Amino acid sequence: MSPTSPPSGAPSGEPGRDGRPQPKPVLSVRNLAKAFGSNVVLRDIDLDVRRGNVVALIGPSGSGKTTVLRSLNGLETPDAGTVTFADTATGKDLALDFSAKVAKKDISDLRDRSAMVFQHYNLFPHMTVLQNVIEGPVQVQKRKRAEAVAEAEKLLARVGMAEKRDAYPFELSGGQQQRVGIVRALALKPQLLLFDEPTSALDPELVGDVLGVIQELAEEGWTMVIVTHELAFARQVADEVIFMDGGVVVERGPAAEVLRAPRQERTRQFVRRLLHEF
Amino acid sequence: MPFNWDLVWSSFGPIIAGAVTGTIPLTLASFAFGLALALLVALMRLSRNAVISGAARFYVSVIRGTPLLVQLFVIFYGLPSLGVKLDPWPSAIIAFSLNVGGYAAEVIRAAILSVPKGQWEAGHTIGMSRGQSLRRLILPQAARVSVPPLSNTFISLVKDTSLASLILVTELFRNAQQIAAFSQEFMVLYLEAALVYWVICLALSSGQSALEKRLDRYVAH
Repeated sequence: MSPTSPPSGAPSGEPGRDGRPQPKPVLSVRNLAKAFGSNVVLRDIDLDVRRGNVVALIGPSGSGKTTVLRSLNGLETPDAGTVTFADTATGKDLALDFSAKVAKKDISDLRDRSAMVFQHYNLFPHMTVLQNVIEGPVQVQKRKRAEAVAEAEKLLARVGMAEKRDAYPFELSGGQQQRVGIVRALALKPQLLLFDEPTSALDPELVGDVLGVIQELAEEGWTMVIVTHELAFARQVADEVIFMDGGVVVERGPAAEVLRAPRQERTRQFVRRLLHEF
Repeated sequence: MPFNWDLVWSSFGPIIAGAVTGTIPLTLASFAFGLALALLVALMRLSRNAVISGAARFYVSVIRGTPLLVQLFVIFYGLPSLGVKLDPWPSAIIAFSLNVGGYAAEVIRAAILSVPKGQWEAGHTIGMSRGQSLRRLILPQAARVSVPPLSNTFISLVKDTSLASLILVTELFRNAQQIAAFSQEFMVLYLEAALVYWVICLALSSGQSALEKRLDRYVAH
């Protein structure tokens, strides 16, 4: 297994992008809802992610897409709805129903299946690049240090950061920090990678580097949910695009359809506005 | 009146001895206990439980709102009337620890809050519990922020321990006072005492700079 390939356990006969009947999704979200007081943030969000697929969440700021993403990693607790994680190894699914009180253990189980890449990287500033990457594997997953270091070095080399292993985050450019952020997530061997606007904080000339890394991960078969404003990128890597506005899903479908020929007026406006910005 | 050089030289011995066997151990012990207490109180202040954070807030308010000398006297002269009779040393260590605990708690609380929320979230996403995030991520970063204000607390404490002379702890200032009373050379003895305090504080300040430098190695300059 190459150091960056997703954890095994995926059934053979992967679902294709050609519309063949697909096995049940690895992640399934139903009727997710959340409100802060009278301010409704999410309403009736459904989401299915199949193994090896990439789902892009797009929409204006405040549309709730980041809240959906954060809910998948236990960083937000929805008020209602269910999140189900299929477990192909044991056949025993992890199912959380937020309408009732959710056990802490379930939240941490949910959290442990995915890893988040943050908009502002959120690297640990007091640790070197290598320490950032092995912190989770060694401190949390209790893996052998030497093993974690070897794996981290391979992952860092893979994103062109091998020489920076002993640098502190402040010595790196934004693009380099985000590549470390991605490696830190990969090192956890999650079943699902979550990206929260991974290039929004980057200088324009650094965006390509990071998107390139994400695209390679998609090609390697990683399962990913990506919140992004990069529509061209979404069209390239995403199997499904979900357009959200005002806390609801307005439109969803194959990337090419939603981005090239949106059916909904709101989607059309959004896509047109974003494309004209450039 | 000829200047009494003999007295200067002969009195330095007891004064320095008072620093080594009194002031310095009293400071170190009180600061260590006080910091541990302060961390606990800071975490209580940050608790979502209103009773816990309220208790911590009350404690900090009492400590900051009353003179250290009064705190010292309540413990040494006041408690015996409740049947709690403590020797001078334990009384002093308790009073100074409680005092440091109150002041440093606010410093530590502010330092913890100064660490961006994204650090807690990053800890969460790599699988850490809140306790693990606190220990491995938040406190190390908070430490850097809190070194300068905690150094102030520490240096103040060195000087505040002179108050322990008023509850009969044998330390630097009490030794100076006794020799002064005996020899009537008040100016000489109190200036000597001042000098020794100053030297101790200078040493601490340079220690502070070294520590700050070490902790600053991971931030841009």
